[in-house]
Amino acid sequence: MMKCLIIDDEPLARSMVAEYLRRHPGIEVVQECGDGFEGVKAILQHQPDLIFLDIQMPKINGFEMLELVEQAPGVIFTTAFDEYALKAFEANAVDYLLKPFSQQRFDAALKKWLEKKHIGTSESGAAELSEVPAKQPEEQLRIVVKAANDIRIIPVKDVLYLEAYDDYVKVYTAGGLFLKKKTMGYYERVLDPQQFVRVHRSYIIPLSQLTRIEPFEKDSHVALLKSGVRVPLSRSGYSKLRAVLGI
Amino acid sequence: MLAYLVWALLWAAVQASLLWSVGFSLPVAASDALLTNLLFTMGGYCMGTGLRYYQPSLREAVYLLGWSLGLAVISTMLFYWATSRMFREEDVYLAFVDATLAVRFLFTWLMVLLLLLLSWFWFYTLERQQDEQRRAAAEKLAREAELHSLRRQLQPHFLFNSLNSISALVGARPEQARIMIQQLSDFLRGTLRKDDQQQVSLADELQHLALYLEIEKVRFGHRLQTAIEVQNETMHMHLPALLLQPVVENAIKFGLYDTIGDTVISITATAQDHHLLLQIQNPYDPETARPQLGTGFGLSSVQRRLYLLYARQDLLQTKQQESQFITSIKIPQKL
Repeated sequence: MMKCLIIDDEPLARSMVAEYLRRHPGIEVVQECGDGFEGVKAILQHQPDLIFLDIQMPKINGFEMLELVEQAPGVIFTTAFDEYALKAFEANAVDYLLKPFSQQRFDAALKKWLEKKHIGTSESGAAELSEVPAKQPEEQLRIVVKAANDIRIIPVKDVLYLEAYDDYVKVYTAGGLFLKKKTMGYYERVLDPQQFVRVHRSYIIPLSQLTRIEPFEKDSHVALLKSGVRVPLSRSGYSKLRAVLGI
Repeated sequence: MLAYLVWALLWAAVQASLLWSVGFSLPVAASDALLTNLLFTMGGYCMGTGLRYYQPSLREAVYLLGWSLGLAVISTMLFYWATSRMFREEDVYLAFVDATLAVRFLFTWLMVLLLLLLSWFWFYTLERQQDEQRRAAAEKLAREAELHSLRRQLQPHFLFNSLNSISALVGARPEQARIMIQQLSDFLRGTLRKDDQQQVSLADELQHLALYLEIEKVRFGHRLQTAIEVQNETMHMHLPALLLQPVVENAIKFGLYDTIGDTVISITATAQDHHLLLQIQNPYDPETARPQLGTGFGLSSVQRRLYLLYARQDLLQTKQQESQFITSIKIPQKL
């Protein structure tokens, strides 16, 4: 028996998927979730093989929810918005169902999933998904992170700076340090280039935090931030910073 | 400015030729005429420029009369002083000036008044034109608002999700599916029908809104609750068609997507000295709310529409209060 979750904020939309699943007795719905927070918990608890995921949901959207899951199951998106299709497909999601969808279309998606699973590629889905540049505006405005036992939504205006850390990015805020499984390149693309500058291979700083640029040894510079932290500037980072500041 | 100058030169030419014909030498006649006309044109120009920034009502026109009188006195005095210095030897001319001073004063005053009247008329027509333009823009925007509103209903958000809900209901509760199809049709028809009537009663707008709310409640289940409180005397008050629904739609989206758990949207309507006051309230999370409140949420188009209809910027206001977001709209009522 395979396990699946239905994550959607509209109850009737969930019952629709549950109804279509009745024709597939090999798949059991272990839980229905009304938002991304419940979704993360349920994925940890049940370790499902497949999730049906809506995108527009309260507080955190479907993509943001996936970022919080270490070992993501196969994902079939169910949404009324076709503007995210590209993001989902580039990322190798199993399928993308546009509401309202028919039983035939639904069955086809399941078939696709079973074939993928058979070849053994479904695991790759969610990890790559999170690296595709975001299209929705939320991701320019907030970073969703998992801290000890809860989920935090950090508005980007509260970010002190970002630092590379192996496969992770350290997100420094006044409330502490959070780890996010992303790359610096991702944030360089997603964050507003007028507000965030990648000043070094390992650092991105918000301009609002910058107080001074100081010379450091010969030919190089450091940026002094409001928090008192000194961040090294690479040669190209220094010129990028000057270009954005217009000096 | 140029018009004033041309005006002054024209009159100066007339006056100079008149003086010349009665026997004064050409330089005397010319300088007399130029001086007189330059002075009163300057006076008229001063007042005309004043009018550009301040359009007095009829009652205040008395002040203008006083001002023009003052200006006439000043320019006549200046003229007298200047001529007595410039033409010390021309006794005949000076005697002539003395004799005609009263006439000159009256003439100057009349001229200033005439210039004043002309510029008042000029600014009056200018304002009328701007009014006309604003009204035309308002009509255009209202048409666009209907189209836009319709287009928005036809976008994924509302229409596709509603159809999906209906699709889910067809299997389990076909009776309810039928009701929802009817509500959705009535709502869309209402949106289409409202093109020609600019103003509707609050009762009508609330009826339209009720259809919308019913559909949204089926979609979101118990999470969405509404509390509508309407004073009886406001039911017959008027507001621009399809104004309330986008604001409520906004509040619902904001409330449902920014909080977890049940969301109560409250709508109140009260009468307040010849205004219809509408308040729409939704919960939000002050910590994570998006920074560009009020603009990114479709309220700016409502504000623009209100401005074009009533020429006022203060009719739509938002405030945040203890995790509640409140949108207030004032609609002026015709007396």
